[in-house]
Amino acid sequence: MLIANRGEIAVRVIRTCRRLGIETALTVAAGDADSVPARLADKTIAIGSYLDVGEVVGAAVAAGAEAIHPGYGFLSENPRLARACEAAGIVFIGPGADVLEAAGDKLAARNHAVAAGLPVLPGGLVRAGAAGEIAGRIGYPVLVKAAGGGGGRGLRVVRDPADLAGAVAMGSAEAQAAFGDGRVYLERYVSPARHVEVQLLGDGENVIHLGDRDCSVQRRYAKLIEEAPAPRLGETLRVGMRAAAVAFGQHLKYQGLGTVEFLVDAGRSEFWFLEVNARIQVEHPVTEAVTGLDLVAEQIAVAEGRRLGLSQASVRLDGHAIECRINAEDPAAGFRPSPGRVTSAVFPAGPGIRVDTHIQAGSAVPPQYDSLLAKLVVSGANRADALDRLRGALARCEIGGVATTLPLHVALAADDEFAAGGVGTGYLARWLELETRPVRDKNG
Amino acid sequence: MDLNPLTNDDVADILALLDSLPYDELDLETPRFRLTLRRRADGWTQSTQILSAPEPLAVGGNASASDEQAVTDEAAPGGEAGPPAGQTTTAMSHRRGQDHCRVTSPWSRAGAEEHGRAADEADVTSGEGDSEDGELVAVRAPLPGTFYRAPRPGAAPFVEVGSRVGADTVIGIVETMKLMNSVPAGVAGVVAEFCVANAEFAAQGAALLRIRADR
Repeated sequence: MLIANRGEIAVRVIRTCRRLGIETALTVAAGDADSVPARLADKTIAIGSYLDVGEVVGAAVAAGAEAIHPGYGFLSENPRLARACEAAGIVFIGPGADVLEAAGDKLAARNHAVAAGLPVLPGGLVRAGAAGEIAGRIGYPVLVKAAGGGGGRGLRVVRDPADLAGAVAMGSAEAQAAFGDGRVYLERYVSPARHVEVQLLGDGENVIHLGDRDCSVQRRYAKLIEEAPAPRLGETLRVGMRAAAVAFGQHLKYQGLGTVEFLVDAGRSEFWFLEVNARIQVEHPVTEAVTGLDLVAEQIAVAEGRRLGLSQASVRLDGHAIECRINAEDPAAGFRPSPGRVTSAVFPAGPGIRVDTHIQAGSAVPPQYDSLLAKLVVSGANRADALDRLRGALARCEIGGVATTLPLHVALAADDEFAAGGVGTGYLARWLELETRPVRDKNG
Repeated sequence: MDLNPLTNDDVADILALLDSLPYDELDLETPRFRLTLRRRADGWTQSTQILSAPEPLAVGGNASASDEQAVTDEAAPGGEAGPPAGQTTTAMSHRRGQDHCRVTSPWSRAGAEEHGRAADEADVTSGEGDSEDGELVAVRAPLPGTFYRAPRPGAAPFVEVGSRVGADTVIGIVETMKLMNSVPAGVAGVVAEFCVANAEFAAQGAALLRIRADR
């Protein structure tokens, strides 16, 4: 298997490959030749860029790989890679190119969601010079979103029509840089709302869900804390969202692991389709914790063309799991990225604690990649149990050499509103505003 | 394949054993990895060190390319302004511009506000023969990162030398860890000179360009 990625997800995929007895080769680009995943993989192959389809397929051929696992980000939802794999006789660990095109293009996905009977927010593609007209039709505030990909890149809220053109230009630039596709679209901005997603697994015929996750604790649309199941969600809403996600998967004849994201107004028991992510997600470990499944192994099995080994009835959801993303960003300095070198990395260990990371003492944190250093995942019999464990586990994390989001997680784990469960996507921004005001006042 | 680093479950099993023993620390080292488990008052900690060296696959003449070579290969933006169309590695040469663009104190609160943060930070460089035309004010990089003069490759630069700017005019983008930070001029005036070239790395606080401020 060629693993065409880096960071913690490369380590994660290597682990499952090892367990399954699959040999691994890892692509390494600048700054990563000596990384932890490079040390763990059976072989490494230098490439110039993780985004170069030709280089990645060339590396797979050179390594004699029978399959490519693209991880998340980079080329994970790129139909050209899926097609190139097909042409080269290599298994692409992900859905087919057609589904990737339908899912990866956020606008096409919206249309498919409508066709599958899912509720969507009012919105539309921005054509040159026509943003104002669309925004006017939708009604302010509007959200500028990248058509070419997710992960929070390109997203901007616009409340004032005067800011629309600038937001569209910057969103487009960000989208172009991140996905090589500068198209943006507008959608109505709903707030307060929660971000809840449903994990899907399909073999092209049968599609099942593996429960839901709540990813509402976000800063600028980047998730920081995720949990499974979504807390304090009415049973009708939960059942409705899971059924909608499965309907969407069936509509696409989904083959692979995927996630359907929803925006939820829990108060009104309403939800809307946001997007589908046709890949493994950063936050998949919380689902693994409550299902007991190895999602990478499931992903590999269906990519090989095997039938689902699971039925919906056989999926058991037990307990509660919470994941904290420990990023190389300084929460005390406006989340300024903190590239550099890790001098020490100590993590908690014990029952119900899992740490997915690619750092160890001496690891470089290069400025050209994203800032995720580690994911601390705790699980317990219920949410209170998991939270309790989280607080203890966070206290035992020590990362030296770079600033991290650890202190923020420690503070959030102690926050009453978070502990109560069911916070909205505006929660963290509001909390940060309250927390940092005294500091700003002092600085004049 | 015989000496794998331990999985989470393996570690949990070892801890279950250790819990009944009077030891507070376990140091396990193989040629491939070293695992240190420590008992603290509030629970166990782990730190792992993967010791095995990467095994580069020899492919053609390229496979054993070192990091340095890989960076060099990427460091050819081709003169086009704007972020690369894709998440490529960027040139890391540490050029800080010409001598007359002095780098003074870096921002201390960079990134604290989303936009308009340069407004109260742009420091004024006085006494540079500008008594008639207004002072030269440096616009500085809010973060260490790659400076882009245009919103995307092939697009027109945000500003050129001679462009008239307002305090809120975006003069460029600094990309750090995949985050695009638009940089406002922070002061009204006319762009006098660039201190960092397009697609070059800028240290935090480095002067990106200078503006002759309106009087």
